[in-house]
Amino acid sequence: MSDCCNEFSRSALLRKAAAEAGAGLPSIEPGMPLPAGTGLDRRHFLARSVGLALAVYGAASLSPRFLDEGIAQAITAGPSDKVLVSIFLEGGVDSLSLLFPYADPDYQRLRPSLALPDSGLVFPEDPRLRWHPSATSFQTLHSEGKLSVLPAVGYTNADQSHFTSRHYWEVGDTDPLLRTGWLGRYLDHAGTPDNPLQGVSLDGELSPSIASARVPVAALSGPGDYSFWTPGVWDQVEERMLAAVGQLGAARGHDPALSGARSVTYQSDLLRRQLSSFDSNFASPVAYPKDAGDFPSQLAGLAAMLGAGLPLHCVAITANGTYDTHSDQPKSLANDLKGASDTLLAFQRDLEARGLADRVVTLVWSEFGRRAEENGSDGTDHGAAGAGFLMGSRVRGNMIGEYPGLRNGLDGDGNLKATVDFRSIYCSLIEQWFGADAGPVVPRAKSFARVPLLR
Amino acid sequence: MSAAANIPVYRGRFGPVQAERLLWRAGFGPRPGEAERLAKKGLNGAVNALTHPKKERLVGPNPVDDNKRPLAPYDAWGHDHLWWLDRMVRTSRPLVERMALVWHDWFATSDRGVGSQKLMIRQNELFRRHGLGSFEQLFISVTRDPAMLMWLSGADNEKGSPNENYAREMMELFTLGADRGYTERDVREQARALTGFRMDWVNDMPANFRYDPRRHDDGAKQIFGKRGAFGWQDACRLCIRNPKHRSYLVRKLWSYFIPTPPPAATRSALERLYVRNHYAVRPVVEAILKHPRLYTGPRMVKPPVVYLAGMLRARRRGIDTEAWVWLSQQAGQLLFNPPNVAGWDDDHWLDTASFLARWNIASRVLRPVVLKESEAAPLDAKKLVERAHEFWGAPPLSAQTHKVLHSFASRALADADRNWKKKQYPPLVENALRQLIAISPDLQTA
Repeated sequence: MSDCCNEFSRSALLRKAAAEAGAGLPSIEPGMPLPAGTGLDRRHFLARSVGLALAVYGAASLSPRFLDEGIAQAITAGPSDKVLVSIFLEGGVDSLSLLFPYADPDYQRLRPSLALPDSGLVFPEDPRLRWHPSATSFQTLHSEGKLSVLPAVGYTNADQSHFTSRHYWEVGDTDPLLRTGWLGRYLDHAGTPDNPLQGVSLDGELSPSIASARVPVAALSGPGDYSFWTPGVWDQVEERMLAAVGQLGAARGHDPALSGARSVTYQSDLLRRQLSSFDSNFASPVAYPKDAGDFPSQLAGLAAMLGAGLPLHCVAITANGTYDTHSDQPKSLANDLKGASDTLLAFQRDLEARGLADRVVTLVWSEFGRRAEENGSDGTDHGAAGAGFLMGSRVRGNMIGEYPGLRNGLDGDGNLKATVDFRSIYCSLIEQWFGADAGPVVPRAKSFARVPLLR
Repeated sequence: MSAAANIPVYRGRFGPVQAERLLWRAGFGPRPGEAERLAKKGLNGAVNALTHPKKERLVGPNPVDDNKRPLAPYDAWGHDHLWWLDRMVRTSRPLVERMALVWHDWFATSDRGVGSQKLMIRQNELFRRHGLGSFEQLFISVTRDPAMLMWLSGADNEKGSPNENYAREMMELFTLGADRGYTERDVREQARALTGFRMDWVNDMPANFRYDPRRHDDGAKQIFGKRGAFGWQDACRLCIRNPKHRSYLVRKLWSYFIPTPPPAATRSALERLYVRNHYAVRPVVEAILKHPRLYTGPRMVKPPVVYLAGMLRARRRGIDTEAWVWLSQQAGQLLFNPPNVAGWDDDHWLDTASFLARWNIASRVLRPVVLKESEAAPLDAKKLVERAHEFWGAPPLSAQTHKVLHSFASRALADADRNWKKKQYPPLVENALRQLIAISPDLQTA
């Protein structure tokens, strides 16, 4: 046990945990039928159930009927009729600006320069609060009953490190050693061994929330062109080369890094074949914001992928903006909140236009809130409980937990106390949205209260 | 220094394979013939050549942008990335550049929060200058470095209204580790000790970084249980002398070179070596580079810029396209833009998205030297594999990968059922083999 890491720093453990997540990614490698390499003709066929054209390499060894049935099952009978989108506001968004107690003298005292004037954007569930002036889209969604608001979500003894607290949210437990994400564990439990699209992060890298131990999941920069091209290679040679990629990935060995690289190679080949049917020049039925980074195009692409019938199930995305507002908070928060909330509203409208709104619930979260007292450089330091949201046509649209107030609602460090635990939300989502057992997903699931989330 | 005597040293054969691994871990891979030359020096000579390099020479063509003009690293977007990539490709002091990359990740500062490529490059010179010297000196220099003062709000931190941003990360990420040897109270008190830096905005650019004693809180603070009117240098020294620091530094530094944690005896010997040498980095790195684990232990995934710089070194190609900027970004490592203050996740470079980016990097390296279908290549699978392997400097490949390459080449040649295909297919197959070798799991790791 000389290599045991009981003294090891938590951030190093987190690095390790992510490595494990990467290694967990490809565990479909052993025992999987090898689609590529035995027959090399590319066959297009139509998955009849969804009218989706697919192209598969090595179709000689995998019958189109088998694939058709597999996809049909994934889309119609399998769990993927329900989609959960997890959206991360990175850096710790200031919940006391997002929904602020505009007339509270304590708020004026704690935030002499940052206190916002009455925006007039009423929050009827708690008349003490007003929406941030840039968050009109949140107000619209809330007034339509499509946004449930968590004004103080978190956990007791909140860790004020970005990385530790984010890790807790991602793994669904206050355990720095846990190496799979909460959605990854759900997929391990309810997912299938042949569908990397069941868990997708659209950030271009694997989101720890969907890191699984057994079933495949995927990372995409977006739903755009996922194809492998090499100069000076075409015709049958190209098809042979693409088949060889899967074979490079299918080799076995003992070295962890080499095995990890092989597995990612295998997954990438699988994903390329899976996405070869998706037309990346999709048109969105609604307009998305133009100035919120990649976030609008990511959500527009997600809606298009769902519209195309791709069997997505759990999706993780990081929103636009950096919410770690130690300084220059007024301007950067206003910009970022506007981009994020307008994009979320556009996504909801997109899903409604496509007739998909009843299939999707979106969870919006941040690793913590910010200190009630401002820091004197036009910003706020790390806090404890923060704001979260659930969006969708099926959510109840009510407040979950209450706003605890600045008089009695602060802990010894002057940070907002949580009025609902994030694991209560996770358990309730797994049970009520997916109709699955939260036990294998959230450690000590029984100890967390369930909250009615859906209408 | 007897501490080094307790640290195991690799005694096995030190041939080109071992020298190549050393060059990947402590640099950016070999140029053609470099591993063989380094192997001749033996382990001690090879490590010494890396840790005590001669004056830097830049070998190869000067870097240019897409229009064949010199780079503008302070001004043009992405040229800072190209500027450093060029140093990695052309340097004669690979460990110095690799240590600069380590410190860039360790004190991860992003231009997103600094807004000045000039300040970012100025910080980078600091990592190059102090990279193998005293960590204490490096830490003190970083603390007052303008880019860092911008990035973690150091210039916003003033008496009466402290900003905790730097105070927290200096302990959590730079010296001690999360929840090791400090409390939330220490965060607040350190923030007070660090007050006093300021800067001005001149023509919308950050300027005039300085320490202003009037903005410093000179009252008494209590940090790690010690009481005093601590200032910013005290804040740094207290972290370095915190008993939890040495183990944090050793474990973290080791992890950049060797993927499995150090054995307990090695770890404590490295800690003693570090403290006895007054927090010098060079002796610790030397001991790590000579450790048996580096040569006999598992492989590591190459970081994206190391993967890219290594391919360019192997091909003796200079920086001649701006495509490396967005391709590196897609692969997950745009220099001067780490994802956050914890740096890149070195254990998680590969996934389906970054794999595609690495594929595109390899095909971009191949583009200017692609074999046309009219060029002669042997209608012989074995020879084609050998030629493509030699193209990359004959890097070590696993038996499984060899098998896939051979089977691909023979099947693809067997498809050539007409005379024109017998002529055209061999160069196509050779191009494909170059690509497959470059993206093989073997070349993604070292």
